[in-house]
Parts: sequence; C-alpha cells; structure tokens
Amino acid sequence: MDIEPAFFETNPKAGSVGQPLDRVDGRAKVTGQAKYSAEYNNLPGLVHAVLKTSDVAKGRIQSIDISLAQKEPGVLAILTHQNLPKLAKTPNDPEGKKAIGAPMGFLPLTSDQVHYAGQPVAIVVADTLERAQHAAALVRVQIAAEKPLASYEDPKAELFDPQKVQDGKTDGHTVRGNPKAAFAAAPVQLTHTYTHAINHHNPMEPGATTAHWEAPDRLTVYESTQGVTRTQKALSNMLGLAAEQVRVVTKYLGGGFGCKGSTWPHTVLTVQAARAVGRPVKLSLTRPQMFTSMGHREDQTQTLKIGATKEGKLLALIHEKTSTTSPWDNYAEPNSRIINLLYNCPAFESTYQLARANVMTSTFMRAPGEAPGSFAIECSMDDLAYQVGLDPLQIRLLNYADKDYSTNKPWSSKSLKQCYARGAELFGWSKRNPKAGQTRDGNLLVGMGMATASYPVHNNQGTARVRLYADGHAVVQTGATDLGTGTYTVMTQVAADALWLTPDKVRFELGDTKLPTAPNSGGSVAAGTVSSSIYMAAQDVWQRLIKMAIQDKKSPLYRAKAADVMVENGRMMLKANKTKGEDYAALMKRNETTDIEGTGNGKYGAGYESGLAAGSADSGHQDDMAGHSMHSFGAHFCEVKVDPALGTVRVTRWVSVHAAGRILNAKTARSQIIGGSIFGIGCALMERTVRDENFARYTNASLADYHIPVSADIPDMQVEFIEEHDPYINAMGVKGIGEISMVGVAAAVANAVYHATGKRVRSLPITPDKILGATPV
Amino acid sequence: MNNFAYQQASKAKDATAIVRDDKQAAYIAGGTTLLDLMKANLEQHSQLVDINLLPFKGIEKTNDGLRIGAMERMSDVGEHPLVLQQFPAISESLLLAASPQLRNMASMGGNILQRTRCGYFRDPAFPCNKRVPGSGCPALQGDNHNLAILGTSEACIATSYPGDLSVALVAFDAVLTLENAKGKQRRVPITEFYLLPGTTPQKETVLEPGELIVAITVPAAAYTQRSTYLKVRERSSYAYALASAAVGLEVQNGTIRAARVALGGVGTQPWRSREAEQVLTGAPATEATFRAAAAAALRGAQPREHNRFKVELAQNTLVQALQKVVG
Ligand SMILES: Cc1cc2nc3c(=O)[nH]c(=O)nc-3n(C[C@H](O)[C@H](O)[C@H](O)COP(=O)(O)OP(=O)(O)OC[C@H]3O[C@@H](n4cnc5c(N)ncnc54)[C@H](O)[C@@H]3O)c2cc1C
Ligand code: SF4
Repeated sequence: MDIEPAFFETNPKAGSVGQPLDRVDGRAKVTGQAKYSAEYNNLPGLVHAVLKTSDVAKGRIQSIDISLAQKEPGVLAILTHQNLPKLAKTPNDPEGKKAIGAPMGFLPLTSDQVHYAGQPVAIVVADTLERAQHAAALVRVQIAAEKPLASYEDPKAELFDPQKVQDGKTDGHTVRGNPKAAFAAAPVQLTHTYTHAINHHNPMEPGATTAHWEAPDRLTVYESTQGVTRTQKALSNMLGLAAEQVRVVTKYLGGGFGCKGSTWPHTVLTVQAARAVGRPVKLSLTRPQMFTSMGHREDQTQTLKIGATKEGKLLALIHEKTSTTSPWDNYAEPNSRIINLLYNCPAFESTYQLARANVMTSTFMRAPGEAPGSFAIECSMDDLAYQVGLDPLQIRLLNYADKDYSTNKPWSSKSLKQCYARGAELFGWSKRNPKAGQTRDGNLLVGMGMATASYPVHNNQGTARVRLYADGHAVVQTGATDLGTGTYTVMTQVAADALWLTPDKVRFELGDTKLPTAPNSGGSVAAGTVSSSIYMAAQDVWQRLIKMAIQDKKSPLYRAKAADVMVENGRMMLKANKTKGEDYAALMKRNETTDIEGTGNGKYGAGYESGLAAGSADSGHQDDMAGHSMHSFGAHFCEVKVDPALGTVRVTRWVSVHAAGRILNAKTARSQIIGGSIFGIGCALMERTVRDENFARYTNASLADYHIPVSADIPDMQVEFIEEHDPYINAMGVKGIGEISMVGVAAAVANAVYHATGKRVRSLPITPDKILGATPV
Repeated sequence: MNNFAYQQASKAKDATAIVRDDKQAAYIAGGTTLLDLMKANLEQHSQLVDINLLPFKGIEKTNDGLRIGAMERMSDVGEHPLVLQQFPAISESLLLAASPQLRNMASMGGNILQRTRCGYFRDPAFPCNKRVPGSGCPALQGDNHNLAILGTSEACIATSYPGDLSVALVAFDAVLTLENAKGKQRRVPITEFYLLPGTTPQKETVLEPGELIVAITVPAAAYTQRSTYLKVRERSSYAYALASAAVGLEVQNGTIRAARVALGGVGTQPWRSREAEQVLTGAPATEATFRAAAAAALRGAQPREHNRFKVELAQNTLVQALQKVVG
C-alpha cells in the first residue's frame, strides 16, 4: 500500500520566519520519495488510462469503431460519448457549471459534438500504459468535419460585447469619470495597440489523476491540483456524492501556474473509467495533450489610449481588449484592473470584446490580467515619458497613485517609491543614457528598461489545526497545496515560531481534504491565508493552555485573568510580573495532558495586532477589507543586448525589488521572484503557441517547439524586498508574491528593447523577425 | 506507439539484411530522433535493429583529412581535439546542437538522418505531403515561420534536415560511406545525399533500403581550419536554427583564395551556396564582398507569409560568420 510521505528532516537551526530555511521537502524530492499524483503505483490492481482526442476542431462524431482496439490484450474498457456512465451534473448548463465550479461549460464525451482540436473523444483503459496507448491508436473515430473558426482574427469571427467576462467576475464595460471628453481635450494623446500570442502554462508535472473507488460510494482521487477542496466540490457535484464521500489528495505538485486551479475534464473522465473497470485508474496527460486539456492564456489585442498634459500628467486612459473565447464561456483575463489603479488618473474606461472560436476555454495563468494589462500600460507610460521628455522613472513618480483611484480607497500599505528607489540604485539607472538607440557594446545595442509591478491581495480565508505535544513537538495540518514553491517550508517556519519550537519539531501536513479546509493555491493567496490560519490556530492553543493554567491550583498562574497572561519562549507568565509563570510542558504533564489542539481561521482583512506569536487569538480590524485597497507592488529593471543584424535579444542584467508585506522565507521568496521574472522573460521573448488559422489546431504543441527560457537566456538576477508591515491584510501581514513576480516583466524587456533600438515592439513575443522589421509589430 | 521487435546486431551484415528484407524495420542508434517519431505515430516500425555494437567508430586523421565513424556520439566528436582544432565549424555545429544529454546519446549517422521539425509533419492530425504523399501541404497557407525559403516546391517547403552538423558537412564537401546488405560500400558526397522535395517530398535522401551510413570523411584544407558555424535562434540554447551559416575561408594578403559556404534553417536541404563562394573567391575580404556574397546566396529565395524575415536574417548571419573567420 502507498504510505503517506515520511516525516520531513528539517534543518533544526535558523528557523524563524523570514530566515532562508532550506526546503523541508527538498530531500524527499531529490531522493524520489516525494509522491506525485501519478506515482501511487502500489494501489491494488492499478491500471492505466489514455485519452483519445479529436484531430479536427469542429464536427460531429459519426461513428467510433472500437472493435480493433477491444481485441488487444489487456484492454479493459473504452469509454466514449455512447457509454460514459451518466453524471449527476455536468458543466454543460450554467447551473451545473456553477455548482461544479467548472472552468469550461462543456464536458467532452457527453455528446457527439466536437468543438475543439484535442477534445477527448474516448478514454481507453488497459492493464499497462503501453497497451492503453496502443489501443487508443487503434480506435477509429469518424468525424464529419466542418470548417472551424480559429480566433477573433478570423474574418468570419463575430465580435460581441459581453456583459461580464472572467466567468462573471469582471464587468465587460467600466467607466470612471469622463474619459472620452478628457482624452479628446488632452494636449498629449497616444493610441497604441498591443498583441499577445497564446501562452501555455506548461508546468513540469503534467496534469494527472489517479482515481480509486474504495467502495461504491467512496472515492479517493490523487490529483495534480492547486486545490483539493475545489476538486472535491467539482467531483462530488458531478458524481452526485456528498463532499465527505470524495477524498482528494495532493501531497506534491510539480508546478501549476493556474492551469491546475480548476477541475478539467480529464479528471472526471478518469474517475468514470475507474468506476467502469472497478479498479484504480491512473491517467497522466501527455505533453501535447497539455496544450488542449487545461486551458491557456488567450490570444488577445489591446488598444490603450492615453491622454496627458504636456508635462506628462495623466488625464484619461481608455482601454479596449479583444480576445478569443470558447463556444460556451465568456472568459477573458481582466487586463483592465491594473490599468485602472496603477496611476493617479481621473478618467478611465475599459471595454472587453470577445469572439467565439473552436478552442477550449482559456483560463487564469500566472498574473491573469495583470500580466498583459501591465504590458500595455507600462509600455505606453514609457512612450509618454519619451514624448514629454521625462525619465521613465520620473513619469511614474509624477503619476504616483497615493490611493487606489479605481475604488477611491486608501492603500493598506504601499512601498512602491522605495521599490523604485532601491531598484534604480541597484541597477545603476542614473547611468542610463536618456536617448534611445545610443548605447553600444561592440555590434550589440544596449538598452535599459523598467516597469512597475502590482498585484492584488485577493479576498480569501482558510483554516488550520495545530496539535502541540507536551514533549515539545507539534503536528500542524491544513488542506492547502504546495505548488513546489515552498509552502511546506514557510508554514513549518510559521508554526515553529508561533509555538516557540525549532522547525525540526514541527511536522506540517497539507494536500488532503481530510485536513482543515484551505483555499486554492492560486491568486497568490496561499502564503497569506495559510500562514494566518496556522498562526491563529497556534494562538488558540496558547489560549487553551492559559485557560488550563489559570484553573489549575498548582499553577503559579492560578486564578489570574487570561488577558493578563502572556507567552514568551513557550512560557506563560503574567504580563505585570514575568517571574510568575510556568512552562507549557510542565503544566501539561501535571494535568496528564499529552497534547492539546487548537484551530484557526486566517482571513483576508483580519490583520494582526502584534507581529509575533504571542498575543490574543482575537485579531482585530475585521473591517479592514472594506476600508482598504490591498496590493503588493514592485519594480523590475532590465538590461538587454540586441543584435540588430540578427534580431536576437538577450537579457543581460535584471533587478527586481518588491514590497509584499511580511516575507516568510528569504530564500524561497527570492526563488519565487526569480521564477516569475523568468516566466515573464519567456512571455516577452519566446513563448508562443501557434494555432493554425485553417485547422484551429496548434502546430507547436511540444516543449521542443514551444520555447521557454533555458539557463543560458537568464543572467544572474538581483532580487530584494522592501520591509513592509501591513497591519490590515491578514494575521501574518503577508501579501503573497507568486504572481507579482511576473507583472511588468514583459514591459520592462520591451522598454529595454526600445531603449536599445529605438524600435517599439508591441507584439509579444519579441522574436527576431519583429526586430528585423519583417513581421508587423 | 505500436508493438515492435527489438534486436541488437553484432555484424553489419545481419543488420542490413533485416532492414533490406523488412520494409517496416529500422535501425536504431541513439534513438533520439526515431523514438520521438514512433511515439507520435509518425513512423510505425515492425522491428528495430540496434546498431550501437557495430564497429563504425573512430575519429581519425587520414591522409587527406578527417574520418569519423557513423556510430560516434555528437559530444565525443564535437569535443575531439582534432575536430576542434582543424574543423572548428564541424565542432561548433555539433556543440551548438540540441542539449548535452541529447548530444551524449545521438550518433553522427542518426544526426544526418534526423527529420524535419515542420509542425504539420510532426502531428499526424494534419495533412502533410511528406508524411502522407498527396495529402497536401498546410504550411503553404499556414504556420511557415520556421520553414524554408530556398529549394522549396509547391509540394513541400520544410527544412527537411533541420539540424546543424550536415550544414557544416555540406560546406566542406564531406563524403558519406554507405554499406548495403551485400557488404558493398559506396561513397556519396553529402552534397548529393539529400534530395530536393520536388513532387516527392517523402523521398529525402539517396539511401537505399537497408543501406547503412558507415563513416563520414572530410577533406582538410586551409578553409576547414579557418572556419566557423554561426547559429541564430530565439533562445540561447536548445533550439533549432532560424538561420545558420557554416563558412570557411582561405585568405592571403586580404584576398580570398578559396571559400566554402553553406546555410542552415533556410533551405529544404542543407544549403551549399556555390553562388556565394563564386562572389567571394578572388575578392577582397571586406564587408562589401561579404554582403554581395550573401545577396548571391539568397537570390531566388521564395519566402512566404511568416518566414519573410529569413531572407534578411540569413544574409546577415552569413556576413557575421564571414566576418568572424577573417577576424
Ligand atoms: C529536443 C531535440 C532538440 C534537438 N536539437 C537539435 C539541434 O539543435 N541541432 C541538431 O543538429 N540536431 C538536433 N536534434 C536532433 C538530434 O541531433 C538527432 O536526434 C540525433 O542526432 C539523432 O541521432 P540518433 O543516434 O539518436 O539517431 P536515431 O534516432 O537512432 O536514428 C535516426 C534515424 O537514422 C537512422 N539511422 C541511425 N543511424 C544510422 C546509420 N548509421 N545508418 C543508417 N541509418 C541510421 C535510424 O533508423 C533513424 O531513422 C534535436 C533532437 C531533439 C529531440
Ligand atoms: S512543408 Fe513539407 S513537411 Fe511541412 S506540411 Fe508541407 S509537406 Fe509536410
């Protein structure tokens, strides 16, 4: 049988929050002990599933001939739309979609319709992976193909104005002030159009599901997901089971970047396959299937109009976005959000336009909205700087938003000016020649660019459980997931501090719906919510211990008031007289208590009173959420060298400075910023999925052909954080850094390319053909 | 992937006989091309004959140049002192290719026979004349960003050989030694080894069924020593060339006595440019000469919607490579 991951060996030194503690799960990972969702290979009778997908992007299935495949040895089941066991709910209607929380309003294998290339049309189960693959190749699918639509750019595509985009979360049209009039009257007017290639998340670990029906009404799913609770909700709704009947486990994740933030069709298809064969079934998506199974960042065009004074003060921002969506959903990432709030501008308007095409629904991908939105605003601000003769940094300071003008709320905290100043100093920004196209290194053109980053702290909450043992160790549990970014590590540190233990005495468990509920690890919420819930749970433990002490005749604290007692170094004592008190271990032993459990609820907008572990379990500021706008901020500085003859762009220097509240671990945080910046450099210079215009099918669905940066593309990166104490966001004062790390990156690169060459490339990625001027930008 | 048989051959004769008699059989060396093609169902083979034990090894100096056994690994050849010092373009073409892991596995013979990266060829869901003769070429109207501008036909515009090594081999008149099932060897200049697509893009080389590549020989000359391979790509490593140039020059007192030029990434086969060589030979080693040579090399290029940039890029690549060798 498969066992839970072993107790971590942690570094017993250097434990406290903020310290660069090595990853507690590092050893498990490099020794192969860490079990990913497709590695539960000892489940009794485990068999393998393979998806058969559609070659064409549009049509109707006329017949599926499984006779050849069925004859192959080891084949156990072939499910198609003709025999998929019926589900209680599907996302095919809006109500079902909402109940399930599905990212896409269509479930394959529920009809004979083909809506996108790569859509699953059958799932084949066999006793070995190779036999399943072979059988899948033998399934003959006849599809009456129709001419598909590939994108909003197709002349036949019908553009429409959605009321809402992003699954109802963002208005299709927003107006603040009087933008049209303000723009018309503005002395300086800029209108620019930005286009973005399709991007795919491509986490190292592909989507994977291992489904095990332990009883007809009891299912365990080992799933590569950013949220076990969300998966549990999706599956229990589709299957007509109670939530408790579905257990979802995700002990380790090899990256997600948003594509594992929702439950996509392959998961429930695997569950149904397991039901059909009466054995545990495992499915791991192939790399090509990763391009058509878990969403993508949509192809899009943005037009941004900037109206400003001659001095460069913003008067109006008018933003329009046109993008491709699926036949069923109105999904568009919310680009306008960051454009509305990044600067002090009195008038703003945003409009989203969509066109349906034969593609699956796009989804959130690292910094959804903020990433492309920041590209538009931060390139245009650069243009404005040149236009009015200001340094790019000065134009940003001139328009600095001292509050959130999009909501008219004060910031809970904002240290952007410090980020600019420190970044400029580290980078040597003052040495930059203000003129574009003037700096050379031999044949190469040298450019320096910068851009602002910002990302919201999303409203969220979660729970945790802490069990402290009298012998001085603790078990801490929450149903969060660790994307591979360090959640295990930082939460161990938080718990160790809150309990006055060293990290090696803390066992932290996550990734299981049996544990207290935590939010999806997405939208950069995990660090803040999970750390806060653990902190609160530890406070609950201390409150219980204090209560025990003041009721214990033998305790020096007998009959003291709880409010008069404080905790320090694991010792409870009177605030007024610290000599009067005792150690928790002594108290628990005397009371024959081996362990004590506390629970905590970490909430957005429930800020901390005092920074460290001791304190009241009752955190104040319950209304902070309503009163403040909460964001992380940062700045990226980039140097590029461009070969004007070959069109190649290489990033040669990089500085990122961020302010994101409390930083839980200097090392994992630095890694996050580096990772996000590299993600952004990929988007800026090379990432591009090509959808053939006639076939609506991708032509480069592999990691050999879809380029992401390699080590040689990345210089030594300098990362710093500005110390920031935000008493409003959550109990730990943590804002999260997973996404802000890539916001503004593409703009910083594009601005550097402009500074190097004098050529503005507004079409991502900035590939050699565009630098050479052969492809329209 | 289909079921297939696998066997290791210890004698060339055993290997060639199997592959001659079974049209579905294939040799496997490093497997870095072949297994990809099989996994994607682009090629189906009944049996694989492992040729790694065959004695086609050695990186040696011969009377007139260099001899490399077909089973040598890309990394070993690229790092070999003889190749590094006397055939730098060949060394660079190997070490700038793929990744260290792949170079450690991949053989010289297999490299020469790698297949196109055309996205339509690589996905059996698309029509493709090269994969399914007569089915059409969607690249003509579709995504042709990475495809060829020289030697194309209405049937196919793929860079049939997308790699690097053969570009250098074509520049320096390498000769392949081939051996058939009768044990008979023949020598084919690599410039005659690859075929233009014409109306039969599925036929890529002159290799006969069952024939093995045994060795590669390259004559040495002043220009092989004074040579370089320049590769341009979107990322710094681990990518195929958008354009590349293998060049060698013999220069005396500022005048070019002999020149060798080949381009990669732009032709339907590794593209030897005798036109460029003609312009260079006897001319002063100046930028103006290089530009004229580059223009000559690209004359007749037929770009399409997405690969128009290659006309300029290939010329600039060639000029930079020439500048590099004159120093
Ligand atoms: C991700 C990736 C990136 C790459 N990047 C590059 C690059 O940048 N530049 C580059 O040049 N290449 C690149 N390659 C291609 C790589 O160089 C080739 O795959 C490799 O050289 C093939 O050698 P092999 O020994 O593995 O061949 P195999 O896969 O074993 O064989 C390839 C073909 O040749 C046949 N064959 C092999 N040896 C012989 C022989 N002696 N006689 C007759 N037939 C034979 C086989 O039957 C098969 O058809 C890349 C490959 C991959 C997968
Ligand atoms: S260019 Fe050649 S390989 Fe590519 S699709 Fe056309 S025929 Fe096939």
